[in-house]
Amino acid sequence: MEQRKKETIINVRDLNLYYGDKQALFGVDLVIQEKEVTALIGPSGCGKSTFLRTLNRMNDLIDGVKITGDIVIDHENIYKSNDVIKLRTKVGMVFQKPNLFPMSIYDNVAYGPRMQGIKNKKDLNIIVEESLRGAAIWDEVKDRLKTSALGLSGGQQQRVCIARAIAMKPDIILMDEPTSALDPISTLKVEELITNMKEDYTIVIVTHNMQQAARISDKTAFFLNGEVVEYDDTDNIFSTPQDKRTEDYITGRFG
Amino acid sequence: MSIPTTNKQAVEIGKANKRKYMLERVSQRVFLFCALLSVITLLLIIGFVFYKGAHPFVAEGYSFIDFIFGSDWVPSEDKFGIFPMIVASIYATVGALIIGVPIGLFTAIFLAEIASERLAKIISPAVQLLAGIPSVLYGVFGLAIIVPFLQDTFGLVKGQSLIAVILVLAIMMLPTIVTVAETAIRAVPQTYREGSLALGVSQIGTIFKVVVPAAKSGIMTAIVLGLGRAIGETMAVILVAGNSLIVPTSLTDSVRPLTTNIALEMGYAFGTHQEMLFATGIVLFSFILILNFVLAKISAKGGN
Repeated sequence: MEQRKKETIINVRDLNLYYGDKQALFGVDLVIQEKEVTALIGPSGCGKSTFLRTLNRMNDLIDGVKITGDIVIDHENIYKSNDVIKLRTKVGMVFQKPNLFPMSIYDNVAYGPRMQGIKNKKDLNIIVEESLRGAAIWDEVKDRLKTSALGLSGGQQQRVCIARAIAMKPDIILMDEPTSALDPISTLKVEELITNMKEDYTIVIVTHNMQQAARISDKTAFFLNGEVVEYDDTDNIFSTPQDKRTEDYITGRFG
Repeated sequence: MSIPTTNKQAVEIGKANKRKYMLERVSQRVFLFCALLSVITLLLIIGFVFYKGAHPFVAEGYSFIDFIFGSDWVPSEDKFGIFPMIVASIYATVGALIIGVPIGLFTAIFLAEIASERLAKIISPAVQLLAGIPSVLYGVFGLAIIVPFLQDTFGLVKGQSLIAVILVLAIMMLPTIVTVAETAIRAVPQTYREGSLALGVSQIGTIFKVVVPAAKSGIMTAIVLGLGRAIGETMAVILVAGNSLIVPTSLTDSVRPLTTNIALEMGYAFGTHQEMLFATGIVLFSFILILNFVLAKISAKGGN
């Protein structure tokens, strides 16, 4: 593997998050390198999805969420600056269930760029094609771009969701269990895609599936009860975990 | 269930069940009768209105075309033309839509998407209460507030006018539009909103490009229901319309919509005059029927 110096793109320091009175994240420290796949694993309710959603401030949508600590993305403290729109164009997101809008495939992918004010048809055509190619779904949909996106299979929809995120040319893409609603073959395709995508994007992925984390990620963080128990190279986590709890979890003793 | 061990026991159970089955059949009939009651009433009303209303054209030699397009309504001289009223009804309804739909829609969007839960809990019941106010009170309100206001502002001789009708109807259709549209907007899956917001689209952009289009069929239903309310409204309209029998050419003209015509004259009309009022009812009914048809089309589309 090529060993070039990778820069830190996300730096999380002492992050605490409360839903009302209930604390969900406890002093999370995490440094994420650019152009790597970082997997967040842990049992249900451990806070990994909550953590992921702090990175593009999607938790803002929930009433009564309070956050302390710092998250610096690309040299900018995202909770100090209030430009959520800019943040979210830089940090894209793919959700657990494909959530394409009830419009054509083309309009779904062109939606973000259009809302940013790109009107020129040629430019949009280029963006849509590049994005769909980037998500390895172009060949499957190029003849039906104008048909409803909801007519695609779940796996295809999820890849169009990825294309929709790519269309914004983000630096970082967050994925919240992107394959949990997919069949094994679609899952494989999405995993392949993620592996290829890390050349251009930094990917942070929440997954329930430990084999998936082992297959596709460079670094893995193990969350438990709102804390990061262990964070290291994926190989180390799965071969020589330092913490007893990590070992218990990855060997299937609980979770 | 125990298995009957002797014949006697079996007979007794049979008897007890017989009563149950009987009760079952009787209650089914009662329910059926209640359900049919509204259908029967509907058919009776339609039949009656059509029978009475069609009589002059079928048996007395009046021309239906003259009835629809005639511009003179002078029952004492045997002239029955309702064109001015049809125009007045359409103008009033369309005008009310132009004012009421944007306000109603924005209110619904505000309640469903923007307002805090606490604020929505104050505004929502207020809007719904608006639907419970008897329509005559809307008329009184129009007569006491809107009509004098128009008189003073535009220097009219008579404030009762098309614009007064439009304003009153616009207010009256609000609760229908707001309630139905709000429900439709709330039914849009949260994942759509998240998908859009996560792309760095603003909340307003998300509302107008994703949420409202996704709730389109529900919003159309809201508009059509509001329309139905406006076109059929009688009591409030009588008080503020002015009831002149002219084809309105300006917003400040005094008008007489279809419903008002029936309500004003039915009390003393007899013979052909009365039948012509029923015929007016047929025209009104046709409007409502067309609306219902459109509504059915919309909901069928929304179901796909």
